[in-house]
Amino acid sequence: MIATQLPPAPAKTETPNQVSVRCANVTKTFGAGRTAVRALRGVNLDIRAGELMMLVGPSGCGKTTLISVIAGVLSRDGGDCSVLGRDYIRMSTDATTEFRGRNIGFVFQAWNLIPALTAVENVSVPLIINGIRRRDAIARAAEILFKVGFDDRMMQSFPPDLSGGQQQRIAIARSLVHDPRLIVCDEPTSALDSETGHKVVQLMRTLAVGKDRALLVVTHDARIFEFADRIAQMDDGVIKRVFDSPEEMKVEG
Amino acid sequence: MNFIAIKMLLGDRAKYIGIVIGLTFASFLLTWPSALFTGVMKRTFSFVTDVGLPDIWVVDPQAQYIEDVKPLRDTEVLRVRGTEGVQWAVGLYKGMLRARMDDGTFQNCTVVGLDDATLIGGPPKMVAGELADLRQADSVIVDETGARGKLAKKQPDGRRVPLKIGDTLELNDHRCIVVGICRITQTFQNVPVLYTTYSRATTIAPQERKLLSFVIAKAKPGTDVSALCQRIGRLGLRAYTPYEFKKLTFWYFLKYTGMPINFLTVVTLGFIVGIAISGQTFYNFTLDNLRYFGTLKAMGTTNRKLLRMISLQAAEVGAIGYGLGVGAASAWGGFLSGRTQIAFSLPWPLLLVSASAVLVICIGAAAVSIRKVMKLEPAMVFRS
Repeated sequence: MIATQLPPAPAKTETPNQVSVRCANVTKTFGAGRTAVRALRGVNLDIRAGELMMLVGPSGCGKTTLISVIAGVLSRDGGDCSVLGRDYIRMSTDATTEFRGRNIGFVFQAWNLIPALTAVENVSVPLIINGIRRRDAIARAAEILFKVGFDDRMMQSFPPDLSGGQQQRIAIARSLVHDPRLIVCDEPTSALDSETGHKVVQLMRTLAVGKDRALLVVTHDARIFEFADRIAQMDDGVIKRVFDSPEEMKVEG
Repeated sequence: MNFIAIKMLLGDRAKYIGIVIGLTFASFLLTWPSALFTGVMKRTFSFVTDVGLPDIWVVDPQAQYIEDVKPLRDTEVLRVRGTEGVQWAVGLYKGMLRARMDDGTFQNCTVVGLDDATLIGGPPKMVAGELADLRQADSVIVDETGARGKLAKKQPDGRRVPLKIGDTLELNDHRCIVVGICRITQTFQNVPVLYTTYSRATTIAPQERKLLSFVIAKAKPGTDVSALCQRIGRLGLRAYTPYEFKKLTFWYFLKYTGMPINFLTVVTLGFIVGIAISGQTFYNFTLDNLRYFGTLKAMGTTNRKLLRMISLQAAEVGAIGYGLGVGAASAWGGFLSGRTQIAFSLPWPLLLVSASAVLVICIGAAAVSIRKVMKLEPAMVFRS
């Protein structure tokens, strides 16, 4: 049970400070000619440090493309996009890769845990990528895993031997271990049942949101909207509206 | 990142074993025929190897290799001896004669006739008896393999008993007594080798006008052997250093027999099997792990680090596959060498060559995988 092992969730950020991500008129088209698909048609979005922003919308509306652009794993075609004060277009491929390694945490829909590595080794990967010695990385990974409710035995388990919720907790720990300033989560609850999904997002809300860290969660799971600070509604490649609270969305949406 | 690479490799046990087995086979198939080829080629000049004493081998100018004996006049020994810079020179007879077995069958044997006075040119190692025993009447020394094998005496109950000292055999209707057993490097013809004196050998051999096969000579200390060979050449003969004579024989066999083609065919097959099995399995392994390589790339692993990871994986399976393949080849070769007359030789340069071939297979297998991972779009990690 995750909830019993967690400290109480911090209050939602009342006065978010600086902007972590600023997208202005961002465009992205896949393919060319008649088969071209305009995935982003001029996205404008700000994500502030210290907030959990959810990006919602129907399938195919461009959510995943937008987080890919923000995370620096996909290049944009046009517009401006500044992430933690940097613009990927002005950086080399290696510099972008290293920037991601240092500053961005990832939680994937299918978790993407390496099955040959134990839970604690999986969590240590971002630290090892950043050049931390293996022993130190494992020690730090164990601390984080402990916070998400893993005991020593579970830490030495391999992902295929664990449940979906447990694997997602490993993924969350992995996204946090190197203390990134931006965490991007793609459909973190889509492979989980309702109760587990709820607990996982609660865990993220508790552990991941911090003064200098922003969380961008792509989802269309309405059951977890309540954990968001703000919700950006996307449709057909553009941000239609940004709600300042889940309640506002509930009232107006 | 190295431990991640190795753990990923070992994590997929079935594929890992498949790659290692593929490389083991490839390594075995590269090493085994190469070792046999080397063994066979070494046998072609084993006679020169065993007669280690002389600096110079003198033959008829038309002789193309060791077995291509074109007899010389006996007086050529004296002419070589008279050449400036020669310390000593003796004649040597080498011919193929038939030995009659107790059961009435015949066995071809190589008969070597040594200088009566000095017995120079004798076998490198005596197993039983002494070389000097050749001075006894009708004496011969038999090589160990021949004594145990083709010349072994058939018993009434069908068993074959190795020829031993005191036994007799008939060589071209001449009775000979075995006075010693020697150990020699196996010959290309793989027939028993009998040593006797020059005068006895030429008595036993069918009579011809000329019977001298080779003149072997030693240069005086400080003499330029190449220059001495040229001086002997002016006598109308051809003189080679042992190395040149071996090389002449080696190239003759390469040029005029199908051995290199057979060898290359088998080695090429081994190489193709290696590429096909290991390359394909390794590539499949990379494809199966593409999602994780993509994840690592998204999380900040540069292409350079990924390249190192895949290279390490290829090197690891390559080293293990190579070790197992070469180990299996040498174990099997060692096992058979002790029980059969197989020509198996695995010198260190051959190990280097097969290691290089396995390395090429690994690089080939890794290169395809590396290319795939290098071109990998990290955004793929967000596709479910």
